Amino acid sequence: MTAEPTSFKREMLATLPSLRAFAVSLTGKHDKADDLVQDTVMKAWAKQTSFEMGTNIKAWLFTILRNEFYSQMRKRGREVQDTDGVFTERLSVHPPQYGSMDMQDFKKALDQLPDDQREAVILIGASGFSYEEAADICDCAVGTMKSRVSRARTRLQDILQIVGESEYGPDAVSSQVTTHNHSF
Amino acid sequence: MRTQTAGADDGLGPNTDIGSRLRALYGAVQDEGVPDQLLDLLEKLDSAEQQQKATSTPRDGE
Repeated sequence: MTAEPTSFKREMLATLPSLRAFAVSLTGKHDKADDLVQDTVMKAWAKQTSFEMGTNIKAWLFTILRNEFYSQMRKRGREVQDTDGVFTERLSVHPPQYGSMDMQDFKKALDQLPDDQREAVILIGASGFSYEEAADICDCAVGTMKSRVSRARTRLQDILQIVGESEYGPDAVSSQVTTHNHSF
Repeated sequence: MRTQTAGADDGLGPNTDIGSRLRALYGAVQDEGVPDQLLDLLEKLDSAEQQQKATSTPRDGE
């Protein structure tokens, strides 16, 4: 195939929007997300011989991005906590089927999840990966992935329900939810 | 046990509240398009590679 490098590029291009959305969900900031995607593209390019054409390039790129994100986080330490929350910055989405308040609540709810659960629910629910793929990306067991997703879903449902009923106000919600127990 | 169908049976499927909200958020970022700097980077990487291939022994090893 003469088109090998080009098709690698093409496949990367096709994956970039989703990869970028995942990066935004990890970093909570668009500029940081773009830097992260850029680093990922360079890493991936350098490693492209280790990628087998025809296999899942999307999962491969997500893995690289995620590893890059956590390794940068470890290097930077505290600075990393400086985010605006998941999907918050610059993102004024008001999909027609939801009111804007509704989506704000949802973003907040998502933000309150422990990192591993948020990541899991996004990979499965939004990026469109299977549990097996998501488990590979996060380097955990499939069962762990399933349990993270299920916990995340339960929590999100709880939070949204409380917000929906909402005589309680934000304090009741956050105090219930901000029990950050990283129990695995 | 392998459930390949993500989303269907886990409360994140097409007709679920949480699933569709997740995708709405995610989709909004996706729809922003890829920044030019990223596209440029990919262009540069690709053309650098093409050049390298052209100048070194054309397609033997590998």
